[in-house]
Amino acid sequence: MRNVPAITAEGLNHWFGTGEARKQAVFDVNLEIERGSLTILMGPSGSGKTTVLTLLGCLRDVQEGSVELLDTELNGAPEPLLVATRRRLGFIFQAHNLHESLSAEQNVLMGLQVHGKGDAHKQLEASRHVLGLVGLGDRMNYLPANLSGGQKQRVAVARALVSNPEVVFADEPTAALDKESGMTVVQMLKALGKTRGTTTVMVTHDNRILDMADRIIVLEEGRIVSDTRK
Amino acid sequence: MTRLLTRLFGRMPIGWLQLSHSRARLFAALAGVAFANILVFVQLGILGALNSSTVAPYALFDADIMISSVDANTLTDGSNVARQRMFQALGIAGVASATPLMIGALDWEDDKSSSSLQTFGVDPNAQRFVAPTLRSELSILQLADTGLIDRLTRGVPPEVFEGITRDTPLSIEANGRTVNVTGTLAVGAGFSEDGTLFVSDQTFLRLFGARSLGAPNHILVKVEDGVSPDVVVDRLRAVFPNDVVKVNTFEDAASADRRYQTTERPTGIIFGFGVLIGVLVGVVIVYQVLATDVADHLKEYATFKAMGYDQPFFLGIVFEEAIVLAVFGFIPGLLCSIAIYLGLSAATGLPVEMSVAQAISVFFGTLAACSLSGAIATRRLAGADPADLF
Ligand SMILES: Nc1ncnc2c1ncn2[C@@H]1O[C@H](COP(=O)(O)OP(=O)(O)OP(=O)(O)O)[C@@H](O)[C@H]1O
Ligand SMILES: [Mg+2]
Repeated sequence: MRNVPAITAEGLNHWFGTGEARKQAVFDVNLEIERGSLTILMGPSGSGKTTVLTLLGCLRDVQEGSVELLDTELNGAPEPLLVATRRRLGFIFQAHNLHESLSAEQNVLMGLQVHGKGDAHKQLEASRHVLGLVGLGDRMNYLPANLSGGQKQRVAVARALVSNPEVVFADEPTAALDKESGMTVVQMLKALGKTRGTTTVMVTHDNRILDMADRIIVLEEGRIVSDTRK
Repeated sequence: MTRLLTRLFGRMPIGWLQLSHSRARLFAALAGVAFANILVFVQLGILGALNSSTVAPYALFDADIMISSVDANTLTDGSNVARQRMFQALGIAGVASATPLMIGALDWEDDKSSSSLQTFGVDPNAQRFVAPTLRSELSILQLADTGLIDRLTRGVPPEVFEGITRDTPLSIEANGRTVNVTGTLAVGAGFSEDGTLFVSDQTFLRLFGARSLGAPNHILVKVEDGVSPDVVVDRLRAVFPNDVVKVNTFEDAASADRRYQTTERPTGIIFGFGVLIGVLVGVVIVYQVLATDVADHLKEYATFKAMGYDQPFFLGIVFEEAIVLAVFGFIPGLLCSIAIYLGLSAATGLPVEMSVAQAISVFFGTLAACSLSGAIATRRLAGADPADLF
């Protein structure tokens, strides 16, 4: 099993817009990402990092080519299969998108309740535990409006990680964080890779994180221009 | 509230939390729903008043069958029917008795005001044809120029009717004659008449010099015990020319009158249309509220979608909001409407009344409108890629 890649992309192309405005943003991307690895996507602004990340993470319909994520072909997959696959993933985005009317704790709970009702007490315990790990043990009942940008981002991280996802997709997750908590988050992801085999694909510009990566892929104008393994 | 809903739904009541998060918007939304409810209730109330005031006079009588001219769509319009038809009817098997009913409009001229009275003239010996409560009063009408008056007559203070007895009658002037009112009955005002006057056929002829007993407005028929009125109606129809005379059971005649008033008369059509407009405005308001709410939370919903929540989950949130809006908008809407009904019936004398059935159907209508709007509002979410919504 360990040898089966978590993600395989073959001949992946993607276009935005229609008619005259139709413009290709991703050109023939091919890659395999091993389970348990920490892969970083880099490249200048507009090079297609977010587009590739959302295609791999089944947040965007695959138009051409193939993406196999956790043994599921995403191209042409029916909605219920996409929903089931998304439940095995964790997402951390630059825009935290916390639900404004739910407390930190309730937002994290949402990451668990997607898997079913379960034991409400245990779910609450788990949510609080993860919030504690990201240093928000004293902010559990705060509404997002009463949290700082960095704190909100950490709630989003806790929400993504609380359900033990098999793959974590992160788009500049540390941008809103101070250096220290940014590093904490990346170290958590790295440790999850070691202990649980969690695969992480992350877009970042943060140089210190580069040192921790297993692999660095650089995109330019929608194409992979370099792919370095450590 | 949150705890109650959590127990109710078995999950976090996100819809409720979302609605209650911004109080100002919640109150605006509830005001909108309440307003839509009031709109519908008021139109329904007026339509209901038209319905019940149309059939109210029928309750003064106790008949099985009514024979009328074919063009008489209501109690008062259309041609008269020949008394000859009554004698013909009496010869039909199953007919026990029949009596002519005279109807006319009188103006009761007071010192200060004038009220129009729908005046019924009946044979004072035809006791079995009037409602049980009127039977004992009927014999007194044999005295010339006596009558029974509607104590709910519009525009007349109730005190005027309080002292009326056989020994202390009230004299009223109408058509140049004096009528001694010796008792009262309760019908209430209609859309055209202010009240009702009940007199003998002889007194009726004195009041309406141009009328003749040979041509009453309608003929009331009683069937023999154990005979079905429907069977007798069929027999009468077979005998009478159906292009001149129509025969209906008394109940059918009343409902045909009501149907005619509400679906063919301009007033009825206008109020029926008002109900429709009220419903439409209500649906638009509710849709607007829910659609805005969904649009404002699209990013958050997209995140939920990215996490693996599916369309039924979003529908659940919006239905939850729909239920909250429907319930909490309905209650003030209902209370305001009851107040408006009281005001309207006080001002018009019309029977504008809230019925439980009407309240329940408006509530479920509100719920349905809210749910439907919610379902439409989430459609945008169903088709979109989560990545396009961030
Ligand atoms: N929804 C969209 N509609 C049209 N064009 C888009 C859309 N999203 C991205 N693009 C275009 O696709 C290209 C790649 O965009 P993408 O967001 O993937 O870049 P990126 O590498 O993530 O950039 P950044 O570092 O600024 O986040 C850009 O030219 C962008 O303008
Ligand atoms: Mg980007």
